[in-house]
Amino acid sequence: MNRTREPQIALPALSRRRFVTGVAAGAALLGMPAGANSAVPRANPTPQTLRGNQFDLHVNYQPVNFTGRERTAVATNGSVPGPILRWKEGETVTLNVTNHLAHDTSIHWHGIILPTGMDGVPGLSFNGIRPGETFTYQFELNQSGTYWYHSHSDFQEQQGHYGSIVIDPAEPDPVACDRDYVVILSDWSDESPHDIYAKLKKEGHYYNRRRRTAGDLWDEIRQKGVAQTWQDRKMWNEMRMSDRDISDVTGYTYTYLMNGQTPDGNWMAQFKRGEKVRLRFINGSAMSIFDIRIPGLKMTVVASDGQNIEPVTVDEFRIGVAETYDVVVEPVDDRAYTLFAQTIDRSGFARGTLTPHPELRAEVPAMDYAPVLTHRDMGMDHSGHNMGGMSGMDHSDHDMGNMGGMDHSDHDMGNMGGMDHSGHDMGSMGGMDHSGHDMGSMGGMDHSGHDMGSMGGMDHSGHDMSSMSGMDHSQHAGMQSGNAGQYSLHGGRPELGGMQGVWFTDGLVRAGHGSNSPIVHLPSEYRYGVDMRSEMPGNGLNDPGIGLRDHDTRYGRRVLTYADIRNLTPTIDRREPTRELQLHLTGNMHRYMWSMDGIKFNDAEPLMLKYGERIRITLVNDTMMTHPIHLHGMWSELETGDSEYIPRKHTIIVQPGSKISYLVTADAYGRWAYHCHLLYHMPGMFREVRVV
Amino acid sequence: MNRKTLLALTLAAPLAHAAEESHTQHTHSMQDDEHAAHQHMGHGYPAPQEASAPAAPNLRHAPNEPDHVMDHEVLLTKVTIDQLEARENDGGALEGSVWFGGDKHKAWFKTEVERAEGETEKAELQALYSRAIAPYWDLQMGVRHDFELESDSRNWGVLALNGLAPYFFEVDTSLFVGEDGDTALRLEAEYELLFTQQWILSPEIEVNFFGQNTPETHTGSGLSDVEAGLRLRYEFTPQFAPYIGVNYEKKFGNTADFARDDGEATSETTWVIGLHAWF
Ligand SMILES: [Cu+2]
Repeated sequence: MNRTREPQIALPALSRRRFVTGVAAGAALLGMPAGANSAVPRANPTPQTLRGNQFDLHVNYQPVNFTGRERTAVATNGSVPGPILRWKEGETVTLNVTNHLAHDTSIHWHGIILPTGMDGVPGLSFNGIRPGETFTYQFELNQSGTYWYHSHSDFQEQQGHYGSIVIDPAEPDPVACDRDYVVILSDWSDESPHDIYAKLKKEGHYYNRRRRTAGDLWDEIRQKGVAQTWQDRKMWNEMRMSDRDISDVTGYTYTYLMNGQTPDGNWMAQFKRGEKVRLRFINGSAMSIFDIRIPGLKMTVVASDGQNIEPVTVDEFRIGVAETYDVVVEPVDDRAYTLFAQTIDRSGFARGTLTPHPELRAEVPAMDYAPVLTHRDMGMDHSGHNMGGMSGMDHSDHDMGNMGGMDHSDHDMGNMGGMDHSGHDMGSMGGMDHSGHDMGSMGGMDHSGHDMGSMGGMDHSGHDMSSMSGMDHSQHAGMQSGNAGQYSLHGGRPELGGMQGVWFTDGLVRAGHGSNSPIVHLPSEYRYGVDMRSEMPGNGLNDPGIGLRDHDTRYGRRVLTYADIRNLTPTIDRREPTRELQLHLTGNMHRYMWSMDGIKFNDAEPLMLKYGERIRITLVNDTMMTHPIHLHGMWSELETGDSEYIPRKHTIIVQPGSKISYLVTADAYGRWAYHCHLLYHMPGMFREVRVV
Repeated sequence: MNRKTLLALTLAAPLAHAAEESHTQHTHSMQDDEHAAHQHMGHGYPAPQEASAPAAPNLRHAPNEPDHVMDHEVLLTKVTIDQLEARENDGGALEGSVWFGGDKHKAWFKTEVERAEGETEKAELQALYSRAIAPYWDLQMGVRHDFELESDSRNWGVLALNGLAPYFFEVDTSLFVGEDGDTALRLEAEYELLFTQQWILSPEIEVNFFGQNTPETHTGSGLSDVEAGLRLRYEFTPQFAPYIGVNYEKKFGNTADFARDDGEATSETTWVIGLHAWF
């Protein structure tokens, strides 16, 4: 099957100045020379590295200047980002955090496994740190790697309250290197985060400066004709959605920082030819997902979210908000290299330089084309699926589990779930007894016949059925029972339909291999707060993500996907999951509302886990945004198709219109936050997880 | 100090409060530092500086929002000036709205004022309760008051459906029922065509129907009048956009007859210049 290129937008030639300061561009239009009123920016304080096991951290106001305008940041020990904390595995650290702000603050140690009271989430783990107060955190370090910390109060993270953590391993580090640098990426705005949030609530596309124009329409008509253009635009027009809605907040207001330096500021790291350089990338942004590459260098990814993985060599990788990736590079030439981190929507970039001499600079590449969403990103269509990869599979040795990790899995059963439920009278489900729901009848469906025609009128044009019919469906017993399993709806308030979350207990796919359970949209998803439901979510595992899918064919760049990640050491908890929670990420872009299963945090009850149990969480993305989802206190063990080496992550990207599964061992008592790490999605797309 | 007092203090005097608190704490933490200095391993944090006043525009902290980011249900106010314009022949118009509230419930005010040849022809204010009923639709109900400058003022009950229709048409449909049983229906639709991200052409149409003849207001039953506009605006920012355009009005049926009886034209085309803004 042909791999089609993703649709693209011609990138307007914007000056770099525009990316550096969105405000300056506005000023230019008003006839003022950009930067006319900007004094020579004073150097912003750079983060120190603090070592040891006792730390005094001061959260304070700090004048900064990232754009030519003086602003006040919320800093830690006077710098943005805050200091790099260098810890040692096995030690107990004590951190006295003093609040010098006029408002509450907090610090959450992102990715650190610790007691709930030390987790730093106001309202769940403690009451926050009042102005003038000092709170002492103390916990033991039972892990090593690259992590970070940030405020969990208000929108302080956007104002500069974040920093890096490096924990050196107790045992010798399996990753040998000559130099070791932290590279923390972030997004700075001169606007108040409350103003940003209010603008988004009032006009969801406020920061989108790539909305479709008459010119785009004209180009499309010239290429495809009126009839085809009408047809192609139809769904978007009917759904009142934009295929260019990639990031909520963009370079229009953001200046992207690398270690607190603007692109013009050009953060620099030195190396000598032949050295191995370890770069610890941390995405400390409020809202920006980055695609990272170093033109001229291959990157060997050695750790993901702090955990060592089997090294994978790539040219490019995507880093969701709050994720961390450690890469090792070995420059063989005596030249400079650009560390290039462009945002997912290509509205700007962060940049630094890896150089043998401070005077040497490397060329800064142009940004890649800006992605456009497709039907696939709405979970509607299989034409985008890479069926070619499937036919290359060895079907004779078909391991059911492996399928869980492939595109193929969600289209059998996922489809069917979607299909079945689309016909469901959801309004009446509230009063139904779901425990008696006979899912078995679905398992009894004739899969060999595969009546795809009846699947809700979806577009199967790209579906290569011939290769599928060659498969022996009779061997798919695991899949059928997975589908036939009963599910129950847990807890929930009667006024919300009496249910929250969908739990499957029977016929779960083996650990490490994802989910085959049917997709169930709860009645709470059929309300004003939800503008879309993925009927046939794709598999987010081997999808590099929007804007990266054709980088291999187009540029010859190998792009990391989650399917490439294998833990360096064997899986610790080798039990099978005993139940599976299916949770849907939902929202309404027009109203700028975000939720899970259509229910905002305010109205939701905690998700209850039993201490010690091992469960699977399947996230279904019923939106067109890419959401990085973070579970506090416990590892999210991403099911990438190999049960022996399941990677442990703390933040997992859920691709638009897709689903993804991971295992969780509930080995930490208490109340934990579970949420989308896009800052302005947090007010709704947030749950409490309670382990009792 | 409990949380409410603290909040009140913060609201009342953020600057003084910040300074006072940070000063106190400053001393305290320095003592801590000295006391613990010998135990600490090399992290010379410079003397914590005085908390500067949180008056910087980017630090604005909405006072009614709790510090738990996940559960703040924010109440917002949006003021929209759809059209504030001067028209040819000593005319002018204001069309705007104000809403206040959360995701589901809002108080919503709409106003329309029109002047022609130096006289106010129409001035109305609607006060509505608005409730989100579907992903793109709000159901609104309330009252409308017409300021009739030549005769008595009139009041109407309002039931409206306001939202975004497929193909991105912004639609406002209102049914009015007067105190004396009069009825009226108004359909409004607007579209935005982007030439660039900043040059935006906005066609719009308003159609009015009445259930009866009302000589005092010069409106007749059935289709009464149609107003169509075409405005080209330039968005300096999405919130501030001056425009030029053309406005066309035509009266129909009995309403047209009323106009003819008064010796007025039944249709009129005027150039307009104005401002579109929201905040
Ligand atoms: Cu999100």
